[in-house]
Amino acid sequence: MENIQNFQILWFFLILILFIGYSLLDGFDLGIGALLPFLGKTKEEKDILINSIGPVWDGNEVWLITGGGALFAAFPHAYATAFSGFYLAMMLVLFALIFRAVSIEFHAYYKAGSGIWEKVFTLGSGLATLLFGIALGNVVYGVPLDNKMEFTGNFFTLFGPVPLIFGITGFAAILLQGATYAVMKTEGELRERAFYAVKILTWVNFVTAIVYFITIAFTFQDILYHWLFYVAILCTLLWLTEILFSIKKKHDSAPFWESSFAFIGLWLAVAAVHFPNLIKASNDQSLNITIYNSSTGLKTLQLMSVIAIIGMPVVVAYTIFVYRIFKGKVKTSDHY
Amino acid sequence: MSAILLARIQFAFTIGFHFLFPAMTLGTTLIILISETLYLAKKDEVYKKITDFLVKLLGLIFVIGAATGIVMEFSFGTNWSGYSRAVGDVFGPILAVEGVIAFFLESVFLGVLLFARDKVSPKVYWLSAFLVFLGGHLSAFWIVVANSWMQTPAGYAINEAGKIALTNFTGAVFNPSTIIRFCHTVMASWITGAVMVAGIAGYYVKKGLHGETARTMLKIGIILFAVTPLLQLATGHIHAIEVINMQPEKAAAYEGHFNTARGVPLYAVGFVDEQNEKTYGIYAPKALSFLYNFDWNSEIKGLNDFPKANWPPVNFVFQVYHIMAGIGILLIALGLLGAYMLWTKKIYENKLYLFILPFLIPLPHIAHETGWIAAEVGRQPWIIYKLMKTSDAASVVVSAGEIVFSLLMFFLIYILLAVMFVKLFLKIVKDGPAA
Ligand code: HDD
Ligand code: HEM
Ligand code: HEM
Repeated sequence: MENIQNFQILWFFLILILFIGYSLLDGFDLGIGALLPFLGKTKEEKDILINSIGPVWDGNEVWLITGGGALFAAFPHAYATAFSGFYLAMMLVLFALIFRAVSIEFHAYYKAGSGIWEKVFTLGSGLATLLFGIALGNVVYGVPLDNKMEFTGNFFTLFGPVPLIFGITGFAAILLQGATYAVMKTEGELRERAFYAVKILTWVNFVTAIVYFITIAFTFQDILYHWLFYVAILCTLLWLTEILFSIKKKHDSAPFWESSFAFIGLWLAVAAVHFPNLIKASNDQSLNITIYNSSTGLKTLQLMSVIAIIGMPVVVAYTIFVYRIFKGKVKTSDHY
Repeated sequence: MSAILLARIQFAFTIGFHFLFPAMTLGTTLIILISETLYLAKKDEVYKKITDFLVKLLGLIFVIGAATGIVMEFSFGTNWSGYSRAVGDVFGPILAVEGVIAFFLESVFLGVLLFARDKVSPKVYWLSAFLVFLGGHLSAFWIVVANSWMQTPAGYAINEAGKIALTNFTGAVFNPSTIIRFCHTVMASWITGAVMVAGIAGYYVKKGLHGETARTMLKIGIILFAVTPLLQLATGHIHAIEVINMQPEKAAAYEGHFNTARGVPLYAVGFVDEQNEKTYGIYAPKALSFLYNFDWNSEIKGLNDFPKANWPPVNFVFQVYHIMAGIGILLIALGLLGAYMLWTKKIYENKLYLFILPFLIPLPHIAHETGWIAAEVGRQPWIIYKLMKTSDAASVVVSAGEIVFSLLMFFLIYILLAVMFVKLFLKIVKDGPAA
């Protein structure tokens, strides 16, 4: 038993890492999408912004696919409960992801109608982003469950105040990822506008992050005795402050990294309040879906660990290799 | 309509749509790899033009495959949560491995193919073409493993708690039907790519467009078109033997074969009267027995050896199976004809053949879809053969009304995607390769 518990704990953190990876990487391209009409004023600027994520967005999305697959493989009950329980919300996520994926390509190939696809891209990116945060907020805050681990609420159960705060906080964080990425990849006027957006969004993030931490402290009072919670707060607030200094000095890439670290702080707070739960039950604590009552067998977890520990470093290595090919400013707006 | 029926319709619709695109992807990456290899070896600009043109098409095909693929990944949780709870031990790791080993590779290097022709050396570009090809085929491998495990489960045990537990991963991965199903599916995708490229090039050559580039494209397309359907006949044959051995009632349904007997016929076309347990049509006597083990009198099990409750819908399965096989034979004939004309150099002048070529593009898709429908519906009522019924697999908390909504939305969105896809596909073809 000791043995399997170690693997269950390991997989809690590995899945957390996959989701963090997803939120940082796909975060910046979703953020670019949601900010597109605000950052890009002319057609050419919009093309530059979309081209800045063109080669990488799909690889970024695989972090989500793999995270979902890992959840299925390690904790199938959590996967099954959340995905079937939040059915309509999940469908909305899917529709949003479909639209924002195809709109990038349609925009590039279909010059005549590219204006429409830009709007679709923005809407799809924004909706998906908001729903991810709300979904996370629900599993952390708790949803009604029965003794067979099935969700007993409905679509509207999911829009309580705490999950909404999670949703808005995540949304703001992802916009900041997008804006800082734009600073890194663009030049001239566009870059100036991106700097301005970073400045505003950093302040917005201060507000949302503080509300988020206070909400967590009030909702889960035990957390006040947990060291990780304070690390999380410090991490987020300090890195947000750093951004303000970096944009004064007009640093190109520092704001992006600082935004990413601030985002990780938000995740650490989730880790602190949520472990070892996967989906909390709002009606009865004993019905919580945890890493201990929802996992696959020892053999599967061991196997998956080997695959992850050999496979993921390789993935990260070639991802870095390819990112380096596309390093630097996006210059031209016509690529195909 | 019941929730379970709706869930099945939704799954069949979304996977049927998704599958159109990976099939084109695999075929296209093969031809890109061939053309880029020739470019590296011969330094002839023509091959570069062909690669660049196909990469453009691939970008369009891939994005729709990726967007609709996520739906499939989620669908096991959203619509088949009963299934997911039961099989997490075996099925979960397969999907996760697909992400780690295949999807990352494919989509990360696709970015290089699409955007970095001028940013990397020809060797790195070739390597990217190879890795996209490899990633795509690995992803097909793992998804076929997942499906094959549902057809012929292995490498598991039922533990004390009554749960399916993984005992032997290698056994689960290389279950009795994986390898042949993989070969057959990949070959089907190569046929799809070959006919697509031959069709486009045929159109160009007939119109006198794109000179040497079009003719070279036609040559590559036709050679593959001649070879792959023949190989498909071989893999199909081995696959059929596997089904007769592993899933005899499915094989019996494919041929409308009711009573266990020796010297069983093989139908070309026909109709199954399930009520009276009779099959009518044009057949080759004793041929099925012969193909099974090259003995005209070998015994083949009939449907009556199995409880009627466990039969799939016999006539339906018979028909879709025969559409696939019929198209297979037709493609062999047309591919060989093309190869003959290529060899005698008549193909570039043969207006009729060139005219027909583009209209063949849908045929492999139809064979592909009907083949899968035969395999999946033929497995019914089981979701995991002899282990779990489809009726126990669905999500209990998802109502019929919710699925009606999602199904309707998928329907509308996918129609939009299909329209856009065809429109942009034609546009890319019209723009053609670089001059
Ligand atoms: C271009 C597509 C294509 C073509 C021309 C053929 N097939 Fe096929 N066939 C498939 C595409 C396909 C497929 C879609 O890939 C399937 C579905 C499941 C699978 O394993 O492969 C399939 C399934 C499938 C099965 C059922 C496997 C099962 O039940 O699990 C058999 C027995 C055959 N095929 C045999 C043949 C034969 C004898 C063909 C004659 C030439 C043939 N196929 C042509
Ligand atoms: C290789 C991966 C695949 C897996 C894991 C898979 C799994 C499933 C599952 C879970 C169902 C739902 C239960 C059912 O109604 O039978 C199903 C049904 C079905 N699948 Fe597949 N499938 C795969 C590939 C495909 C492909 C590529 C196609 C078609 C192009 C396909 C066609 C169908 C159809 C038509 C049904 C409905 C059968 C019926 O309800 O009678 N499947 N499959
Ligand atoms: C139910 C079964 C299936 C699931 C869960 C599934 C899942 C997925 C997912 C999540 C993607 C997106 C990957 C990305 O963004 O890069 C995808 C794409 C892909 N799938 Fe499927 N898929 C299924 C059926 C199939 C089948 C039967 C095949 C092939 C035999 C296949 C081959 C591919 C390939 C090659 C891609 C890459 C994208 C493309 O080429 O368009 N899939 N699939």
